[in-house]
Amino acid sequence: MKPAVTVRKKIVRVGLASCGIAAGARPVYDFFRSELAKTPEKNFTLIRTGCIGMCFCEPLVEVEDEKGVYLYGEVNPEKARRILDEHLGAGRPCPDWVVYSDVITGREQDYLTRQHRILLKNSGKIDPEDIHSYLEASGYRGLKKVLASLTPEEVIATVEESGLRGRGGAGFPTYLKWRFTRQSPDTSKYVVCNADEGDPGAFMDRSILESDPHSVLEGMVIAGYAVGSNEGYIYIRAEYPLAVQRLRLAIAQMEEQNYLGENILGSGFSFHIHIREGAGAFVCGEETALLASIEGKRGMPRPRPPYPAQEGLWGKPTVINNVETLANVARIFGLGPEVYKNCGTEKSKGTKVFALAGKVRRSGLIEVPMGISIREIVFAIGGGIAGDKPFKAVQTGGPSGGCIPASLAETPVDYESLAKIGAIMGSGGLLVMDDETCMVDVARFFLNFTTEESCGKCTFCRNGTPLMLAALDRICQGQGRPGDPDRLEELGEAIKDGSLCGLGQTAPNPVLTTIRYFRDEYDAHIDGKRCPARVCKDLITYRIITEKCTGCGLCARICPVQAISGERRRPYHLDETVCIRCGLCLSSCRFGAIITVSEGQGVPAAGTVNTENIAGATNTADVIGAAGAAGNAGASGTANTTGAAGATGGNTRTTTTSGERE
Amino acid sequence: MAATAEKVAYLQPGGPLRERIDQLIHRLGRGQGTAIPVLQEIQKEFGYIPPELLPRVAALTGLCGSELYSIATFYSQFRLHPIGENLIQVCHGTACHLAGAEEITAALRRELGIEEGDTSPDRKYTIEKVACLGCCSLAPVITINGETFGRLTPEKAVRLVRDRGAQNDENAQNRESERTKKGAQNKEDPQNKEGRLS
Repeated sequence: MKPAVTVRKKIVRVGLASCGIAAGARPVYDFFRSELAKTPEKNFTLIRTGCIGMCFCEPLVEVEDEKGVYLYGEVNPEKARRILDEHLGAGRPCPDWVVYSDVITGREQDYLTRQHRILLKNSGKIDPEDIHSYLEASGYRGLKKVLASLTPEEVIATVEESGLRGRGGAGFPTYLKWRFTRQSPDTSKYVVCNADEGDPGAFMDRSILESDPHSVLEGMVIAGYAVGSNEGYIYIRAEYPLAVQRLRLAIAQMEEQNYLGENILGSGFSFHIHIREGAGAFVCGEETALLASIEGKRGMPRPRPPYPAQEGLWGKPTVINNVETLANVARIFGLGPEVYKNCGTEKSKGTKVFALAGKVRRSGLIEVPMGISIREIVFAIGGGIAGDKPFKAVQTGGPSGGCIPASLAETPVDYESLAKIGAIMGSGGLLVMDDETCMVDVARFFLNFTTEESCGKCTFCRNGTPLMLAALDRICQGQGRPGDPDRLEELGEAIKDGSLCGLGQTAPNPVLTTIRYFRDEYDAHIDGKRCPARVCKDLITYRIITEKCTGCGLCARICPVQAISGERRRPYHLDETVCIRCGLCLSSCRFGAIITVSEGQGVPAAGTVNTENIAGATNTADVIGAAGAAGNAGASGTANTTGAAGATGGNTRTTTTSGERE
Repeated sequence: MAATAEKVAYLQPGGPLRERIDQLIHRLGRGQGTAIPVLQEIQKEFGYIPPELLPRVAALTGLCGSELYSIATFYSQFRLHPIGENLIQVCHGTACHLAGAEEITAALRRELGIEEGDTSPDRKYTIEKVACLGCCSLAPVITINGETFGRLTPEKAVRLVRDRGAQNDENAQNRESERTKKGAQNKEDPQNKEGRLS
């Protein structure tokens, strides 16, 4: 007895991008696979997908039945067993674990419903390792249309009409880059895809390449056709092995199906794509440095002009586009430029993918229309701050970007508005910060990064960034001097003016914006020797709250320097002179009995004897002298301090400064 | 010295690395363009780039030794020193920094007695600092021998390192005993090796 309409098989999708795998998706996938192999009737289809974007509740499993989709979060093999038995077997979904569904309301429903997914429409839906899966999702429709019915000039005009701007951060109109390259008289030209996603805190490109590699490759072939190039390179970070592997596979499948290679789809147009793995240099995200790196040289930028559109790879005209830009190209031609144009603001069209991370409750990969406010991203999509702490700031653009304070949370996310407040759109990292984030420490973190990554070519960047870093180090150690912020600003502006490439020109941004919006925190560090967020190790002390301490002794056992002592079942005591502020006791205490305080200058730490000897010491020379003198004089507490810090592994920063605060 | 000669032999005609490198040079052409892929291939083999191989590589790729050295030292991926049996990478991306990557580093430093970038004297562990692994939602993150672990605390990280180290020892022992079992067999079968390379 056959039903009139064939019953659609249920589909099970398991998110197997890097972060899903790291969260434990592999055993879940293996479970479904082995169960599927066991059942002779094969009552469901199993698909390995990329990133669905809800990284905060990985591993994710989506079940699609005749009613709709149910996305399950935090699935482990035990939960998978129940999903298999109840949902796939008996047809009863497990509502408690559903995070999103188009049938019922999932626990984290808003996260997806508030987004506008054009670029990520395939992410988490299709199998990134199977070209047919992409084809079924209307993949290569844009390329077919381009090759069959559009001239290169018409392709460029369509991109112009769509309003697409480069998604790597600077926002240069894509069609212009293409037109300049097309107009170059040289006959051999190159298309380069910049997948050197070096910004710490950004993972959009990784996710797109792992989840939907064909869309990027499709965009590349279209770009090649438009500018008149037959050869393309993808420059990708070696730190993304899974993305590299999926790209290689995708390229091989494209060649097999003639979406790549000679005479593509009988159009007479030929295009080849090579992969070049980066070797770990942030500066290679800069286009001229990237080209130098593909050519096998040290990745150092050169002055422009000539622009790559005139003289790029091996001296030939070259168009360089970011991963997200190229994926957008595939959508513009696949779905039509109006889908794109109708979304966003007047000057910033379309959507933008952000890697939402930091102290936000729901972190992951999101796609939002341009013009959405920061507040909406953080609260409506991100679900607010983790642990309901106060929202302090967001940071966009990584080491090149700026910190935006909560007071400017209504700022619309578009190229111009963000630039106006000193931040940049950047490639898409969006870090959320709460009141336990120290802005001086954040500025120091980014500057430490750019200092290490400076290629050394320009004096201002090479020598200026370490000077700024040294000043920030001092401030974080409680040795800041009045006037430091002004000097930092002056030096920062000079570095911006005196550097050749984007790295140096933007490196001071995190410092400049934090000084601009969080000057009071700098002042607290410099004048008050206080870290309001209680982050800077040299400015905080740990305390045990007697009333809350149950005397379990866990902290004493875990303390690596035996700074905590006491009798069981009685409140313990923390010897501040021995404490190295590693934070282990704080994270291990189950009763919230250990706190950090930052009381600043002149206030003796609790439970210490010798602290007042040197409590008045303020500037560097005084401090070192005082600590040394106290130690020489045999003041036991201080001697202990320096001894303990020295013994714990030679963190010179701690050793030399451990005395000054007490 | 013996070790040097052994490594150089890898690049001699018929050596285990030579064919792969010849293929790369064939595909990319002699000269600068091949430098990075060739160095990557060598690092894949040894876990680092033995400096004694650089003159040989220079001759093969047609670059001068100083140029090659300048490339090898420019990129942070390339190591010129051997790493320990277990490679621990501590992510210091922004999200990981906010989530306490420094504390993880400090705990590992105390546990293993080495700084980031160093290898323990018994050559068992190397700690490396990496800029960002792109798993920001799982911050703080480390990788041990390529496997990623997220949502860590300092204690968890130390425990993981201990466990994986012990596991790796066990595996190494198993491999060793397997090798001694199969040793004779492999020696008689040079075809086997070629098959693996192609």
